[in-house]
Amino acid sequence: MHLSAHTHYQAELDAGRICIQHCPQCQSHVFTPRELCPHCGASGLRWVRAGGLGTVYSTSTIARKVDAGGHYNVALVDLDEGVRMMSRVEGVAPEAVVIGLRVLAHVAHKDGRGLVLFTPVREGGAP
Amino acid sequence: MSRVPQSHLDAAAVNRPLRGRVAIAGAATYGCGESPGMDDMTLLVRAAQAAVADAGLTMQDIDGLATCSVNASMWTMPVIEHLGINPTYVDGTMIGGSSFIAHLLPAMRALEAGQCKAVLVCYGSAQRSATFGRKESVAARRFMDPQPYEYPYEPVLPVTAYALAAARHMHEFGTTRAHLAEVAVAARAWAQLNPEAFMRDALTIEDVLSARPMASPLTVRDCCLVTDGGGAIVLTRAERARDLPRPPVYVLGNATAIWNRQISCMPDLTTTSAAQSGAQAFAMAGMSAADMDMAQVYDAFTINTILFLEDLGFCAKGEGGAFVAGGGIAPGGRLAVNTNGGGLSCVHPGMYGIFALIEAVRQLRGEAGARQLSQHHTAVVHGNGGTLSSQSTAVLGTTETL
Repeated sequence: MHLSAHTHYQAELDAGRICIQHCPQCQSHVFTPRELCPHCGASGLRWVRAGGLGTVYSTSTIARKVDAGGHYNVALVDLDEGVRMMSRVEGVAPEAVVIGLRVLAHVAHKDGRGLVLFTPVREGGAP
Repeated sequence: MSRVPQSHLDAAAVNRPLRGRVAIAGAATYGCGESPGMDDMTLLVRAAQAAVADAGLTMQDIDGLATCSVNASMWTMPVIEHLGINPTYVDGTMIGGSSFIAHLLPAMRALEAGQCKAVLVCYGSAQRSATFGRKESVAARRFMDPQPYEYPYEPVLPVTAYALAAARHMHEFGTTRAHLAEVAVAARAWAQLNPEAFMRDALTIEDVLSARPMASPLTVRDCCLVTDGGGAIVLTRAERARDLPRPPVYVLGNATAIWNRQISCMPDLTTTSAAQSGAQAFAMAGMSAADMDMAQVYDAFTINTILFLEDLGFCAKGEGGAFVAGGGIAPGGRLAVNTNGGGLSCVHPGMYGIFALIEAVRQLRGEAGARQLSQHHTAVVHGNGGTLSSQSTAVLGTTETL
């Protein structure tokens, strides 16, 4: 059975691994998961583990009622591999997430499915 | 992150022969604002009937149809049933709110080729009054139009996507929340001159900034209305339009560009594919932003207007905030923008594009009442769809521009 790019990505995530694709032809990393390289059109994209370090490209604090959990962060993070993903930066107040913040990914689970979340890192130090 | 795409189409060469060959011969809105008891189809049919009558035609003269719906994927078929027409040209392209502007160029080709003689572009939505609510609609769309790399993080779409673009624009160019608010305040000032506009009470920059937060940096007053409304236009070949009762509004240029679906896949959040659609539409028209008497741009959120004024060439990238500051796009400002009050204050029933077109037609015909511009020969109309995903630009002009 052929595993769709999304199914493969999600299965890795469910197992606690953050994987992105890499194009053997043009050497670009690729995200979101897909069948063809969006840069050169090649197929045969390979799965590689993402390093997990990234930089906040943009961020927003989403307003939510306190009894529903309160405000939360949604961010776009540029991974050091050169791909962008939507995620959340947690471990700090949503308002404290700023563009340019260095962040480190980890896998969390929600409703039994893995998802990528980030926490801030201090340059040159541990998260 | 990823590279901004480049187009190799020479629109001036490829599309220039169609410049001015097709005109908008009829235009109408129906039920804008709140229309309790109405449904999408009723609003569409009433607007279509009024637009066809405005063109001096009968429904049996309509042999081309372009329409789409937020909810129904096979929308052209029930529309054909309800209108009782037998079109030889049908376009159901659905790329969100820009669709009705993107419907122009294919319709022009069909008219020019003789495939049809009169194309009705039409839309109706009872989004405000519908019993099938927004919550159910959003839930259904998660299955119909999956975005598995965004939904798990609970972005409230579309507002979160536009908030992320606004935050990035502020970071890169020093655009301020007050600049964003200027867009909403200008739209309201225009709306106060338009009896059809839904929100007409006074609005200040402070009101926008202190309104209920949605997704930072945007408040509820940075976001478009949720209204009901129907809109329709009729396109014919230019020669025929000149024999019809209303002053023809010529389509001088049109182009559409799509670079991404999801906001997370947008190459650069401060440059939209309007940079491409705008350049190609202006190339077809042989004109530039400097030649435009007005701009009717899809203002689903305040950041849209700033992005599109930059991408369409009214100012340099990053200078949109300064361009709108100090009432720059309000009545009496440096450029007339969204003279009906736009999606922010006039009407926004799910998709706004057709209403931007209709406002341009009304201005170019000189029938815009208290908000009528003294100089009104050229207009750029710009549509946006999805979350900064699809962009379509049209350049319209009066007989003097041919």
